[in-house]
Order: sequence, then structure tokens, then C-alpha cells
Amino acid sequence: MAERKRRLMQGNAACVQGAIYAGMRFYAGYPITPSTEVAEGCARELPKIGGRFIQMEDEIASIAAVVGASVSGLKAMTATSGPGYSLMLENIGYAYMTETPCVIVNVQRGGPSTGLPTKVSQSDTMQARWGTHGDYTAIAVAPSSVGDTITETIRAFNLSERFRTPVTVLLDEVIGHMREMVTIPEPGEYPIINRVAPTVPPEQFVPFVMTPNMVSPMPAYGQGYRYNVTGLTHDIMGFSTNRADEIAPKLDKLKFKIENYRDELAKIRVDMMDDAEVAFIAYGTVARTAQQAALIARQAGFKVGSIQLFTIWPFPDQQLIELCARCRKVIVGELNMGQIVHEVQRVLPRDVEIHTIQRYDGEILTPHQLLEKLDEVL
Amino acid sequence: MATATVEKQKSDVILQYLRPRKKFPSVWCAGCGNGVVMSALIRAIDNLHLSKDEVAMVSGIGCTSRMPVYMDFNSLHTTHGRALPFATGVKFAQPHMKVIVVTGDGDALAIGGNHFIHACRRNIDITTILINNHIYGMTGGQGSPTTPANAFSTTTPYGNAEKSFDPCSLAQAAGASFVARGTVYHAPQLEKVIQQAIQHRGFSVVEAISNCHTYFGRLNRLGDAVAMLQTFKERTVTLAKSREMSAEELKDKFVIGVLHENDKTEFCDEYQRTVESVRGGK
Repeated sequence: MAERKRRLMQGNAACVQGAIYAGMRFYAGYPITPSTEVAEGCARELPKIGGRFIQMEDEIASIAAVVGASVSGLKAMTATSGPGYSLMLENIGYAYMTETPCVIVNVQRGGPSTGLPTKVSQSDTMQARWGTHGDYTAIAVAPSSVGDTITETIRAFNLSERFRTPVTVLLDEVIGHMREMVTIPEPGEYPIINRVAPTVPPEQFVPFVMTPNMVSPMPAYGQGYRYNVTGLTHDIMGFSTNRADEIAPKLDKLKFKIENYRDELAKIRVDMMDDAEVAFIAYGTVARTAQQAALIARQAGFKVGSIQLFTIWPFPDQQLIELCARCRKVIVGELNMGQIVHEVQRVLPRDVEIHTIQRYDGEILTPHQLLEKLDEVL
Repeated sequence: MATATVEKQKSDVILQYLRPRKKFPSVWCAGCGNGVVMSALIRAIDNLHLSKDEVAMVSGIGCTSRMPVYMDFNSLHTTHGRALPFATGVKFAQPHMKVIVVTGDGDALAIGGNHFIHACRRNIDITTILINNHIYGMTGGQGSPTTPANAFSTTTPYGNAEKSFDPCSLAQAAGASFVARGTVYHAPQLEKVIQQAIQHRGFSVVEAISNCHTYFGRLNRLGDAVAMLQTFKERTVTLAKSREMSAEELKDKFVIGVLHENDKTEFCDEYQRTVESVRGGK
């Protein structure tokens, strides 16, 4: 077997690498720190493979162009950071409602508002779940290393195509900008999922037909299936409706096509949890700190493990309950004032003590800080 | 008799392009100019023998933006003001498609104003039919960027203190390579300029002056649909005639015809050349 390609790469560049591997051929974006290298990488790489890059006039236009390209049949992506993500949210909602696959990368920085453009944060976690208006179910994934960023971006595209829904990749400034040695995946190494095409002739095509998995086959514009795409609540033919017996089923479809597959969506890395009495729960940058802290604690003789959430939304309720069955205490580390800790509190039994360590000054949490917290709670 | 046959053939043409399973009547008020624009657009497309599959109709929000829903093309009814960026995604992803945006004055020039000027600048091959009825219709008669100074609307109850845009001058200044104007009174002329706009390679804008008698007409005492159409007839001058008129004489007049056309390079073509040079240079 030929030696696998290894390369020193930045997180944002890894995101481009993963997206292209997954089949992304359309990128529309607007520059914003700390995500700009994603756009720059796409501008450089996409023409080489016959793909398309466009710098739009703002973030709202960027996500709109992404949705337009996706209904036209291309796998499409945009990347931004907090304020840009906020601007995109109305049209991300449009993508939820129209069931249009697309990937939105949010390289998180400190906020609110323009906040800390060059400093790390994980404070858009809830925004990725609840940002747009109305009822829907979101998918968001969170890598913690440059290598993960390749595989999680591939997974984001696969989930997006599989469930016909927008998927958010929650990077953070540290991962986006740090450089690590990564192995470039070979073609075929990871499965690539493409949206299901209709098998019926156009005259029998029902655009939003209810299927057993609630995901409707999706043709590209120009293929003879001339259907209507609208952000208005629509019937199975794609036309707007005000009928109660059509509104609720549409919203149920948006929810349950994802909720019913929570187990398939859940992705968690577990370290030393078999006999752990205390668990660190973290995601993104902090997950690596937590792994390191747990290792140090183990070496000192404490039964400590760590749980890393790769899938943030839908929140892996059941998996956490099972993993923490033996735990007396958990420590949730986040670079915000406490977002995921509320989910952990919601999920775990009352007899588990839940502690939180938060940092929101633009700096990372260190293993030392986590160990101090451990010392405090033990 | 012969006239009746011609009329029947014309209506048959229209029916071929309406969505058979979409329930009519439309959301538009009786006498709304949107219907005239829709029929002009359909005839223009029919004259060009375009396949329905190669046409994508994109719109934003508002009365005008409901139009693509009724027509049997690939249709994308999007968010307020954002039709052009959605359409940009469609066109750039599938450059062989004919992408037509139908938008109103509020949609295109207020919330969508920045997208409008940048689509013009980019000169992407999209045809934009901008139906200008000088007011927000669907939300109930509020002032828009084309509501004339001193005119009444529900948000300018004492007369509009703002000045209005001329969409055609704006489009030309921003870089659109084809700019035309028509009115819903001059339906055959409108059909002709829409047809020319679709044929033009580059960003094309057709401003269609239309009547919202329900709000603009009523609030400004301009009468019913027929009375408003009559004013369009009276206030319209052709481009050729306008050249012989003074600025004073042209005040409050609609100059119709192809106001601007050039053949500068189109965005998708330019990008394709980039792709080829990058790939060729590997």
C-alpha cells in the first residue's frame, strides 16, 4: 500500500479539504474573521476541479446563493463566524423549511455583537440549535482537531444529504487557525452520501412526498421535475397551505426525520469511562483539554474519564445517560457562560452532581484549570 | 371572427404555462397589473421557444413574488428581498439555465437594494422583471423606495418626505448591461422588451410600471384599475420621443423602451474562462 499523504494543515484548510472530499462543488461566502481561510481555500481549489466559488455582497446573500445552488443540484457550503451566522439565520430557516441540503461552517469567535474577532469562543452553540425562528430540528457537529475537521466536514455533508437539511459545523477560532499534521483521506476511504433522486417520472412526482424515513427524493432544477420551492408552509406538492391538517404534518416531518434517527446521528468519543466516577464532558477545543486532564488525573489514581461530543445537535441524550450511569459527578467545560451544561442537566439523573467550568475571556481552558476544578469538586 | 381566433390562441398559450394543479384564482386583486406582466412574460418565453425545464423563476416576497408559483417552471419563492442572491446560486450552479427573477419595488430596492446593485455590477445572466407599483401591496400599502415624494401611503399618511429611486437609472449606473421599461398599459411593448431582456446575455432589468389601485390608487385618489391604466397611457413617452423633450416636459413621465444595452462580459462566462485557464495551466 502506498504511503498515505500526510500534511501540515490549518483547521480552516482542513474544512475545505473535507468539503471537497464530500463532493462540495459550490461555495458562496463573505469574508469574516476567523473563517476567511475557508473562503480563500475554496476560491483557490474549486476552479481546479470545475467547482464554483463566489464572494457575495454579504452573508445573507451567501447562504441564499448556497440554497439556490443546492436546489440546482450542487453540494454547497458557506463559512462564517458569529455575526455572519446571525445574518444567515433567516435563510438557514428557509433551508430547513424547503428541506435543502447545505453545510454552514461557523468558526466561532467571542460575542455578542462584533465581540472578539480573533479570540476563541463556543458561544454560538445554542444559536446553532435555536437561531432561526419557528419550530425545526437542527443538526450541528463539532470537531476538536484539524484531523477531525476533515472527517466532521465530510460527515456534515453526508448528514445534510441524507436528511435533506442544513447542517452546521461548529468550529472555533483555535481549531480554525491551529496547524496539525493530518492524514489526507484516500478516495473511497469514507463513504459519501448523495441525496436520493426521484425514481418516478415527472408527471407522478410529488415533491414533498412522505416516505418511511420522512425524507423526500430531491431532483435538481433542470431535470424535468418542475416543482415549487417556497419558504411558506407547504403541502406535499410544494404549494403554500393554511390547512391545519397539512401544517402540523409538515412540521412533524422536519422534526421527526431527524429525531427518529438520534442514535445514528450521535457521535461521541469516550476515554477511560468504564469505571469512571467523574467525567469531563466537553466539545471542540475544550474536549482535548478534557482528555488531557482526565489522563493526568488517572495517573494520579483518580477514576476520571472524558466524554467528547462530536454531535452537539440533536443532543445525544440516551448515550450520555448510559455513559454516565456509574458517575457520581460530571464537569462540563465550555468557552461560554454555560450553554451545553443546561442540556447535561436536563438529561442526567438528579443524583449526578453537575459542575461547570466556563471561560469567556477569549482564552482557552487549560488541563490545569480542569484539574483544579476536579480538585475542588472531589 | 378572426380576432376571436387570435384571442383564443393567445389564451391557449398562457394556459400551457400555468400550473395545472395549482388552484386559481391567484392572490392578486381583480385588475392587478401583475396578471398583465405574467402574460407578457409567458408570451415572451413562448416566442423564444424555451423549454420549461431550462427556465428557473425566482422571486422574493410580496404580491409580485407570488408569480412564479403559478407558472410551470422550476420555481423558487424565497425570502424578502433575497431573490437575486438565490437566483445567483441557481444560475452559477447551472449556467445553461434561463433564470428569471420577478420582484416588486419594495422587494428589489429596499430590503434587496444591495443585492440588486451587486447583481448589476456582476453582470450575471439573470433577467429581472421589476414590477413597480410604487407601494408595498401585500403588507397593506406602506411606502416603498419608489413611492413618489409627497405621495400618500399607510406609512406616509401626511405625504412622503423621502425621494424615490428611478430603478432603471440605478440599474444602469450599477452596471446592468440591459435596462428597459414598459407599463402594463402597453402590454405588447412589455412583451417585446421582456423577450429582448431574456435574449440578452448579461444582467437585464425590465421595469414594468404597474397599478396597485387597491392601495396606491385608493390612498392617492387615482381611481380604479382602468383609471390608473389610463394615466399610464397619458404619462408614457417613447425613448425616441423623449429625446426631443425638455427635462421640464419629462417630469412625471414614464420613458418606455430599451434604455440601455451593452455587451460587456457576463459573469458565468468569465468564471468559466478562469476555470479553463486554471485547469489548463495545471
